[in-house]
Amino acid sequence: MSANQKAMLLTGNQAVAWGARLARPRVVPVYPITPQTPVLEQLTEFQAAGTFDAEIITPESEHSVMSACIPASLVGLRVFTATASQGLLLMHELLHYASGARTPIVMANVNRTVASPWAFWPDQTDSLSQRDTGWIQYYVESAQEALDTVIQAYRVAEQVLLPAMVNLDAFYVSHSLEPVLVPEQQLVDSYLPAFDPPHKLDTDQVEAWGNVATQDMYYRHRQSLAEAMERVPSLAAQADHEWAQLTQRSHGVIERYRCDGAKTVIVTMGSMCGTARDAVDALREAGQAIGLVKVRLFRPLPTAGLREALSGVDEVIVLDRNYSPGHGGVLHQELRAALYGSAVTPRIHGLLAGVGGVNVSPAKIVEFVNQVARSEAQSDSQWVR
Amino acid sequence: MIQIEQANQEAMLCSGHAACPGCIDALSARHVLTAMGPNTMAVIPPSCMAIIAGPQPYSSLKIPVYQPTLESSAAAATGLRRALDAKGKHDTQVIVLAGDGGTYDIGFQCLSSAAERNEDFIYFCLDNEGYMNTGAQKSSSTPHFARTGSTPAGKTSRKKNLTEIMAAHRVPYVATASAGHLPDLLRKVEKAKTMQGTRIITLLIPCMDGWGVADDAGLMTARYAVESGAFPLYEIEDGHRYTLNHTSKTRPVADYLALQRRYRNMASVDIETLQAEIDEGWATLQERVATSERKHHA
Repeated sequence: MSANQKAMLLTGNQAVAWGARLARPRVVPVYPITPQTPVLEQLTEFQAAGTFDAEIITPESEHSVMSACIPASLVGLRVFTATASQGLLLMHELLHYASGARTPIVMANVNRTVASPWAFWPDQTDSLSQRDTGWIQYYVESAQEALDTVIQAYRVAEQVLLPAMVNLDAFYVSHSLEPVLVPEQQLVDSYLPAFDPPHKLDTDQVEAWGNVATQDMYYRHRQSLAEAMERVPSLAAQADHEWAQLTQRSHGVIERYRCDGAKTVIVTMGSMCGTARDAVDALREAGQAIGLVKVRLFRPLPTAGLREALSGVDEVIVLDRNYSPGHGGVLHQELRAALYGSAVTPRIHGLLAGVGGVNVSPAKIVEFVNQVARSEAQSDSQWVR
Repeated sequence: MIQIEQANQEAMLCSGHAACPGCIDALSARHVLTAMGPNTMAVIPPSCMAIIAGPQPYSSLKIPVYQPTLESSAAAATGLRRALDAKGKHDTQVIVLAGDGGTYDIGFQCLSSAAERNEDFIYFCLDNEGYMNTGAQKSSSTPHFARTGSTPAGKTSRKKNLTEIMAAHRVPYVATASAGHLPDLLRKVEKAKTMQGTRIITLLIPCMDGWGVADDAGLMTARYAVESGAFPLYEIEDGHRYTLNHTSKTRPVADYLALQRRYRNMASVDIETLQAEIDEGWATLQERVATSERKHHA
């Protein structure tokens, strides 16, 4: 362990709160929801102990949380919040509003099933259904990665003036205790420059935001949002690289695990990656040429990186812990679109595995891989368990 | 206190804005903004005021404006206020200029929440008693019997009493005001400025188009509303100290109704019902004022 980091035993939620604390946001509107609540409680405890200098706002709903986040960011301050599931869905209108206002808010979302019926299990449909709202989306697999990603997300978001969402799976990540290296404040301060956006709400230099725009202005505004999104994969890679120089930890934009010479590659996101690593190890042990590609940055999808990573691969197996009715697994369909028209043409098998929080063990993934080897790739995602 | 002449000279609302001819919304906002002064930021949700505030790249207001979603003004004002506090800009006032739809209806949840937390801003409800920006449909502020696009035969329920509801949150200041009684309006803005916490002032805004009022009759309509007791001018401090500002009720409601096409062809029995409702509301208000005076002057 390096001298500028301290080992602590933290849950994913606590690691998120530590990441937020170290990033020094000045305004934190937040509303409790299972399984995100410990993030809120940890932040209010930090504040009560005098170690977190932020205006914490506790409104009546997640809708008001995001409504408060946007103008606070427009004043020129760093803003943090956290939510899950229904809370994220309640924010939907404001998610679009935040990216339109070019406010680099960072929000942790604990991926939880979407009602109805009520359920509290890990499932990424909540955030994946927000993929068109103009937010950068990260998916993390551990408490350590959650802490690191909250800080990296600010670095990227503030360069492109887009909001960023850090997604962690309910319970598997949010509530599991793990040893986490918590960097010193000075290290994070040296990594994150002060937030100073070019336009602000300021009585000394009067500007307004939100006034009605013409078709042409709106068109150009969306174009500038697209240009900002296009810059994200390379900036995210750079942010990760610079973080690694300070902490010796890198997570990549996508991560290739044991992909050398692989003919079969599993592609997934979030906590499923940890399980898939074990399955890959077991299959490699048995002599199969198999690897894992972890998609850490999902929005914008790092298309060039994925094409490169999957070039020369025969079979791609996508594990989706989400379901878009009438569409299938979101990552499956996104990956098919990303590879279409390129020289990279593996067979892509989409498996709806773990939807609703159903347990997917390493042995189960081995089983899926063996089944896929004997079947044709279907255009539709397949229900498996 | 600012004088009316001063408001005309030091206008914080520029000419050339997009309000209808004779608009009381624009007139009221001009005076409110001048009374607030330049060290102010405004939150303006979708409403007539958002149109008056101007399309990009223009802004009719000489202060920073943030236009939030329709239902989130008080939450947005909270975020703005706390961010200014975090920056040490405690002297900058945050105001909301919202319509009645954005206040009584869709924005009510977050307004109640902000008032419960006693967030530090002044909330002006520019109450034109309906969704006038979408062509005059009813809101929960629309009075009994008024015809709107969604109540073509007349509204069947009564106007929500926002002032009493907000006073029940025990916020420091809730008041009604009207451009028809301009010195009283300006005094209330100045008074609210000296206070801290959630302050809510509801301004009655006769709407030329939505109410069917002649272009030059806006102020007369506003005055008749007060004189008939349909819109009493009063203040409630800390949820219980009542002050009635216009103490007499000198006009039958029929005078007020006759100025407005939204009450056209009203049956005389309905006019009697409305008169009885206003009389009852006026009597209740008198009782509350008397109780408050007894308690505080005892």
